[in-house]
Amino acid sequence: MMVRFLLDGEVVALDAVLPTATLLDHLRYRLRRTGTKEGCSEGDCGACTVLVGTLDAEGSAITWRAVNACILFLPMLDGKALLTVESLGAAGALNPLQACMAANGSSQCGFCTPGFVMSLYGRCIGAKGAELPVTDVIAGNLCRCTGYGPILAAAQTVERLPRDDAAMVATLRDLARSETLSGESAGQRWFVPRTAAALADLLAAWPEARIVAGATDVGLWVTKGLRDLETLIFIGDIPELQHIDESREGLTLGAGVRYADAHAAFARLHPDLGELVRRIGGLQVRNAATIGGNIANGSPIGDGPPALIALGATLTLRSAGGKRTMPLEDYFLDYGRQDRRAGEFIEAIHVPRPGANDLIHISKLSRRFDSDISAVCGAFALRVEQGVVASARIAFGGMAATPRRASACEAALTGQPFTLATIERAAAALRADFTPVSDVRGSAAYRLDAAANLLLRLWAKAQGEAVSVLELEDALGGA
Amino acid sequence: MAEHDAPRTTRARPSHPHDSAHLHVAGTARYADDEPEPADMLHLAFGQSSEAHARIVAMDLSEVRAAPGVVAVFTAADIPGANDVSPVAGDDRLLAEDAVISIGQPVFLVAATSQRAARKAARLGRIDYAPLPAHVTIDEARAAGSLIEPTQRMARGDAEAALATAPHRLVGGFAMGGQDHFYLEGQVAVATPGEDGQVHVLSSTQHPSEVQHLVAHLLHRSSADVTVEVRRMGGAFGGKETQAALFAAAAALAADKTGRPAKFRCDRDDDMVMTGKRHEFRVDYRVGFDAEGRILALRLALASRCGATVDLSPAINDRAMFHADNCYFLPNVEIVSERLKTNTVSATAFRGFGGPQGMLAIERVLDDVAAHLGSDPLAVRIANLYGPARDTTPYGMTVADNIAPELIDRLRTTARYGARRAEIAAFNARNSVLKKGIALTPVKFGISFTTTHLNQAGALVHVYADGSIQINHGGTEMGQGLYIKVAQIVADVFGVPVARVRITATRTDKVPNTSATAASSGADLNGMAAYNAARTIRDRITAFAARTFGCDADAVRFADGLVRVGGTEMPFGDLCRKAHIGRISLSATGYYATPDIAYDRVAHRGRPFYYFAYGASVSEVVIDTLTGEHRVLAVDILHDVGRSLNPAIDLGQIEGGFLQGQGWLTTEELVFDARGRLLTHSPATYKIPTASDRPRHLSIALWDGENVEPTIHRSKAVGEPPFMLAISVFSALNQAIAAVAPEVRGLPLLDAPATPERILRAVAAQRAA
Repeated sequence: MMVRFLLDGEVVALDAVLPTATLLDHLRYRLRRTGTKEGCSEGDCGACTVLVGTLDAEGSAITWRAVNACILFLPMLDGKALLTVESLGAAGALNPLQACMAANGSSQCGFCTPGFVMSLYGRCIGAKGAELPVTDVIAGNLCRCTGYGPILAAAQTVERLPRDDAAMVATLRDLARSETLSGESAGQRWFVPRTAAALADLLAAWPEARIVAGATDVGLWVTKGLRDLETLIFIGDIPELQHIDESREGLTLGAGVRYADAHAAFARLHPDLGELVRRIGGLQVRNAATIGGNIANGSPIGDGPPALIALGATLTLRSAGGKRTMPLEDYFLDYGRQDRRAGEFIEAIHVPRPGANDLIHISKLSRRFDSDISAVCGAFALRVEQGVVASARIAFGGMAATPRRASACEAALTGQPFTLATIERAAAALRADFTPVSDVRGSAAYRLDAAANLLLRLWAKAQGEAVSVLELEDALGGA
Repeated sequence: MAEHDAPRTTRARPSHPHDSAHLHVAGTARYADDEPEPADMLHLAFGQSSEAHARIVAMDLSEVRAAPGVVAVFTAADIPGANDVSPVAGDDRLLAEDAVISIGQPVFLVAATSQRAARKAARLGRIDYAPLPAHVTIDEARAAGSLIEPTQRMARGDAEAALATAPHRLVGGFAMGGQDHFYLEGQVAVATPGEDGQVHVLSSTQHPSEVQHLVAHLLHRSSADVTVEVRRMGGAFGGKETQAALFAAAAALAADKTGRPAKFRCDRDDDMVMTGKRHEFRVDYRVGFDAEGRILALRLALASRCGATVDLSPAINDRAMFHADNCYFLPNVEIVSERLKTNTVSATAFRGFGGPQGMLAIERVLDDVAAHLGSDPLAVRIANLYGPARDTTPYGMTVADNIAPELIDRLRTTARYGARRAEIAAFNARNSVLKKGIALTPVKFGISFTTTHLNQAGALVHVYADGSIQINHGGTEMGQGLYIKVAQIVADVFGVPVARVRITATRTDKVPNTSATAASSGADLNGMAAYNAARTIRDRITAFAARTFGCDADAVRFADGLVRVGGTEMPFGDLCRKAHIGRISLSATGYYATPDIAYDRVAHRGRPFYYFAYGASVSEVVIDTLTGEHRVLAVDILHDVGRSLNPAIDLGQIEGGFLQGQGWLTTEELVFDARGRLLTHSPATYKIPTASDRPRHLSIALWDGENVEPTIHRSKAVGEPPFMLAISVFSALNQAIAAVAPEVRGLPLLDAPATPERILRAVAAQRAA
């Protein structure tokens, strides 16, 4: 079957697609659209940023999102619209954003520039995340030359650009499919199901298949690990897995919800959760990476799971045989091992709404604030009633082989008066909970000290003290 | 020496945008990997060493050869000429021979029909190694006495005797990490075989001539058989001064052997593992000083990890010694520089070229002195500045252009250093978790290659009969704006708009025997060479016009695209056509060699630099004493570029250099394991600054002055000096950490980069002190 997508409004139909062929390679070496650059081939530098558009729920407009072409596999593009840097500007002229950047020294070596242009163009046309501060819109774009100032200045000068997608909307409607798209070439078979039932059936037939949602992890198996994956099932186009339900009880998310789409809902659940999501990858990564994928891959340093565990999230798994639900923490069995049976996929995550008086505190510690992976991620949910800690759910990432609760620490708090002495005892108890490793992101000693200090941070914050360098910076404002 | 009088103008020079800016934003600026690929193009990958130091016992490449898409596999035995890609010492192999000396070192080369096929096949080599003793760290190399060259000593006076009599004495030390260049465009080269044994190499290199010479030797050809071309690089920062040769040589070898064009586009992770980085340093000092903090004696030991080969380490470590004075007079001083050979990737040039390490060393010494005395570090810095009768560097050069005192004074006022220091003290008294710090540090950076003969440049200027101009010179464009600066210089000579000047790719067949575009020298050297070439042509046109129109040469004026000849005025192009018909050559070469410099490297005495570039910065930071996180809140910079050739370009260099320096000292940490394997080999683990790391308040002003030396339009070099402005961030972090225990008289124990982990450890140590 053909993979079809829109490029500059024209339908591109590709036969015999290798399911792990990247969009970046296709653009650069097949279509010779070399404006899109390879900087890292792992989704961390943004030089390959392009805009991918999908029809919104009503089918009347296009939702654009900036993504990294280097780890986007071609079948994931089926039925979507694509804009690259070559798409901008009419008849060889620069659009106002490009012209402003060119006039204001926003480029030096110029290699990262097309990626910045695309991220900022997305912002100008209301792409996903356009409402974020501009530093967040370009947190996934690295520039080594300019120091960013002239790029930020251009972004402040040109904030809106007109865009008429009417013709594309019509064509995209024609490209929409309700049936599973599939293909086989060079020993690789692949499927793009459109319903959860079709996914369940495919997994029953191909239990060893690799499930790919946003490919922000699996992409690197291909570009860096040079692996040939035999059977792939792409789940990014299953509407049933995309739902976001906010209720008084809490938040229920389909496993296929992308972080960028869940960001606002998470922030409404608790501001710390919103801040944590803001710091998961750059916008291009959050535009691709899903909540389900972040859980399913079982990473000990994934940032979603510790926070969701502390908040008491549950997971629903589904297969052709039925569904089951479990507390999120029970899903993680050991390093690289999760409680997902053959034929199962994660269908949804439910996060209960914290009580109005619950003390929620989530901290991510990393070498760099934006687009970095945690050394330690700590999440705390305390219920304090009449000065006594009635309950405590505490979970950490980066401290063990899996995201895990800190049971000794929780025990040291539960039933105790909410005092500094209790907090200090609970902090000390963390040493019984965790024996972290030393690795490239931090030593075992730092992890233990910092984890313990996060409890002190929680305490200081509860006493009204300033505890965040980021909040202090925000309070100062710009210049 | 200059062929023509140096130009001098007092008018402000225009801020033309970068010549390629309109192409950058459209994605139409072509980099080496963007050129169309011929159908028979081969793609290359290296089989890499997995061992830090080992003898190669056996190599079985049968699986590599049998892998899908593989066309050829090469080992050292296949190299027709010299197996050498080194700049000076002859010790960098293209492909390992009987031993490997670092992890990631190329052992064999795969040529395949696709890049993925080449990379996959390169992982299939079976190599048996017999391990040899490996030294990974500075300490291990020191213990083994493993050096790339003898330890160097630069001294004046009697430091030991002066230490003995000094009223105050301190012993201290710290370490600073290296840095990956993280140019966004990875290493890349394309070699195309030509007729009769010739080869053309498109290389992302700062040093086309060196690539040309190495490829010629490798293939056993003459330099005249090899042409190297580079239109632009996607960033370099020193990382493509010597390191590009490896990939260009591999491509040339494959092209030569197969007769097919061959491209080496290096994967980012491989690039980070296989190519050199900034030198990591260990610094130890003993300093004697008076009650004002004035240094009376300093014994400074600099030890650097040079990696497995010599590369440019001698000159880099020399530059560290040259900058261990920064702006300060050191009456009795001994600087000892150990250059340690380790079994890690060879360290190489990186913006500042050792200067940042030497400068950070002396700035830390001054912070330590101030902390010991309980003084304002700025007062201690000012007390130590060069001045009248205190104006000779440790290597015997007179500091003739010392504007540091005036510049510091101006900045401390405009940045409200004193008032903010008081506000910060009040903040720190109110807050127990967050602590702030502020620091002002200056920069004095020596301009010239310290290897004197490199200070020369050539240019080629053509004026066409229609009055359009093409220029070419030995300098390469890596984003720094060299091309537009040189184009402006040439346009000015002819009095035409810069749009009349077409800038062309740097090619070894146009201007030969060039130096690397490095040492911040690009505009100084190539700008003057191009000026000289343009002047030669203009003088010919002037003489022709004077002759033709019967006026004095003095009455011929070039301005606004017109030429006034006596009473007549005509478009520049019209006169060019007349000159051509009048059989006047409108093409010329130009040449420039920096005057007045000489250095005796044995004695470490002389004048290695033509002049100094200055600057200063004030940084304010806040740290979190519970997690070690920090933010750089505000930065004010005052920087000296002489009379700017292009203020917008210069401001861009200053801001970019500053943030790159901030990254070096804060988020960018290189981690090697005990075996010598680099663990931080991708942007997932190696963190350069993002947009939000740029200080929200960042003000940059240019010092209003001009070079005392007759450089091109009295400008100063700008590429490297601003990098070191970021040292104020590191000093401010120390001030913030010290604030957790204001009663402690001692500098926090902080190594660079100041990661959260290091800051948290330093906070704990300060509290325990």
